[in-house]
Amino acid sequence: MTEPLLELRDVSFSYGPDRPVLRECSLKICESERLGLVGANGSGKTTLLHLAVGLLRPASGEVVAFGKPRCREADFHEVRRRAGLLFQDTDDQLFCPTVAEDVAFGPLNLGRSRHEARQIVAETLDRVGLPGFERRITYRLSGGERRLVALASVLAMQPDVLLLDEPTAGLDEAATVRLIGVLRSLKQAMLVVSHDRAFREQVTERSLFLREGGVEGV
Amino acid sequence: METDCRDDQPARYLDRVDPRARVLLAVFLALILAAAGRFSTLGVGVVAALLCVVLSGNPWPVVLRRVAVLNAVLLLVAALLPLTTEGTAVVHLGSWPYTREGLLTAVAVILKGNGIVLAFLGLVGTLPTATLGHVLSHFHVPAKLVHLTVFTVRYLDVFHREYARLRAAMRVRGFRPGVNRHTYRSFGYLAGMLLVRSLDRSERIVAAMKCRGFRGRFYLLDHFAFSPARDVPFGIAATLAVLALVWLEWA
Repeated sequence: MTEPLLELRDVSFSYGPDRPVLRECSLKICESERLGLVGANGSGKTTLLHLAVGLLRPASGEVVAFGKPRCREADFHEVRRRAGLLFQDTDDQLFCPTVAEDVAFGPLNLGRSRHEARQIVAETLDRVGLPGFERRITYRLSGGERRLVALASVLAMQPDVLLLDEPTAGLDEAATVRLIGVLRSLKQAMLVVSHDRAFREQVTERSLFLREGGVEGV
Repeated sequence: METDCRDDQPARYLDRVDPRARVLLAVFLALILAAAGRFSTLGVGVVAALLCVVLSGNPWPVVLRRVAVLNAVLLLVAALLPLTTEGTAVVHLGSWPYTREGLLTAVAVILKGNGIVLAFLGLVGTLPTATLGHVLSHFHVPAKLVHLTVFTVRYLDVFHREYARLRAAMRVRGFRPGVNRHTYRSFGYLAGMLLVRSLDRSERIVAAMKCRGFRGRFYLLDHFAFSPARDVPFGIAATLAVLALVWLEWA
């Protein structure tokens, strides 16, 4: 059996003494696996994703990513490149004026040259079905386009696994269909948080349920 | 300040000029106008600033609205200045002398204020946020200040939308501001809520940036290039204008 890409081992986390969220929760995702993650509001789905890329640190337990245990901020720099997190609210993720700058933000941070970054931008936009969107203004895009640009900004980092937080939130039917098409064409492993059963059935192989701080198979 | 650059509008003359030159000219104009004491300098300076606004292609209603806000404040100052400045009285308001020197100072203040704001509206106001940030870091402005400026400009609009949403939510529940405790408390909640929400949002933005490898440095996709054909004429005109103003004031 291949080594998992990302693994949470007995991870616990709370937002204060009266708000425990995860209790000794374990989860792993392997190469080319596509998992759905379901759970009630406030059950800790987003928290779990944020723990996986080190935006939050577990109170106990361990995060193992790409074969190494990760504890300190510096450990997570590599994790964040290889595990692309798509945020729930695109307004948080897209902060540059133009689409090209937003998609190029990651590659430039990783030390690519401007020329390479431009190429990556063109390729990635092509891949999500938005060719020629470089000069568009991010906040004037439609909800569906914004979501795809946000996805492009994550894909531009060439991640091995995608962590998608409610990718269909606020999308109409046509935009959802478009997103499904794009996601199905990608080769990356995925962990998809979504309440939308039809969407999960199209994109993922099986779903996990987050209940009372732990993960169960459905 | 504009929060964006334009979608697919044809480029206006100033858009083709090196942004560094625009910011430099705006700063020089502002410095000269602030220091100048002669009316000839102030007059020519304001005209130069107006010319910049024309070249920038700013829509006039927007310009007028912004200048109107400024002048509302300036007029208040101007109305009080002649009362507090010593000199020869033009008229007496009761026992208070309204002085000629005060009136002249007031006019100078109004000219200075308008000139500086017009210069910045025309030269800097239409720069895309990211470009402005890049220009500032080119001039070795501290990184923290640059980030603060850039993010303020980018999220002012988001902040305003959030405010509008909260206000609308208050209105649909029948809230009408008045002079009473309920109004003060509600506005207090509104302000507090805005603060909490923007703090939350800023944390989410930082998280999203970290996820894309941000380590405190911005890289820009578009690099400025000095192009003689477009920058030399602008540079000469700008230098001449600045020299003329200096000459008018100090010769």
